Amino acid sequence: MAGTTVRGRLTWQVATVSRLADETPSVRTIELQVPGWPGHRAGQHLDVRLTAEDGYQAERSYSIASAPGEPVAITVERLDDGEVSPYLTEELRPGDELELRGPIGGYFVWDADDGGRPLLLVAGGSGVVPLRSILRHHERSGATTATRLLYSSRSLPDVIYRDELDQYRDGVEVIYTLTRSQPPGWTGHAGRVDAALLAKVAWSVSQDPLTFVCGPTSFVEAVAGGLVELGYPPGQVKTERFGATGATGGT
Amino acid sequence: MDELDGNAIGGLLQEVFGTEMTASVGTCATCGATGPVAQTVVYLRAPGTVVRCRTCTSVLMVVVGVRGRNCVDLRGLATLEVR
Repeated sequence: MAGTTVRGRLTWQVATVSRLADETPSVRTIELQVPGWPGHRAGQHLDVRLTAEDGYQAERSYSIASAPGEPVAITVERLDDGEVSPYLTEELRPGDELELRGPIGGYFVWDADDGGRPLLLVAGGSGVVPLRSILRHHERSGATTATRLLYSSRSLPDVIYRDELDQYRDGVEVIYTLTRSQPPGWTGHAGRVDAALLAKVAWSVSQDPLTFVCGPTSFVEAVAGGLVELGYPPGQVKTERFGATGATGGT
Repeated sequence: MDELDGNAIGGLLQEVFGTEMTASVGTCATCGATGPVAQTVVYLRAPGTVVRCRTCTSVLMVVVGVRGRNCVDLRGLATLEVR
């Protein structure tokens, strides 16, 4: 039957860009109108497909930045040698069409009814995108689960969603660490996420926390390893890696 | 080459199996390790998509797209849960 979608089947469809917002000089959020969007869960992603005039196609996965119930949005970091991200962050305009399929994923997701287990979110760079969806879902659903976001970024201007993250109160803590440069008078953490910082920030294992780690592959390996050293059961640390350059998969 | 994980092939596997697969549990035919597809090691352009065991690095799955069809090699998997 025309116009129907078989449950579980993924089909490419055309979305329309409704709004663009610059998050940092190299990161842009793209809000999309997607006809018949079935709704998504916090942490899921979607695939974007660009087709050149000669028929060459390039596909990339991007984490969904918005909470369930909000318009679909993705946040894209421009990679100077990328095939897809320069177009998405520099050429795309409101009203343009974009081919995508989704929502995708059932592992790296958080639902508001996941009990009262404290939430630990650890982001490296643009790995914050799916975790922002989780934070917004947490807030919109009125969840009271104690939540911490540990966010590693190169410098303060590289922090994505900074204004929004700085507004969190009441049981949601955002802890930054700046790896490359810190502004004068910076009182937050500096340097990479290591065992000492995790020991300070992570919930005690006895609190049975739910943990989500997203970032470049090397970042995720380091954080997941550090958490296991703290006694976190490896199977309970949910991870998503987007490669050394962020050029493929993930966000 | 970028080393990713099974989250990155959620779309591809949904295309192949017709259902969400990243939370599905598989068993490595080589070492017997079990875990969700999301936690496997994935190389997207090997060429074709190559999925390896995070414990022993054996190849679990290879997916190659040829003229609009996906050819799927699952010899490295002892079991794969499909919901």
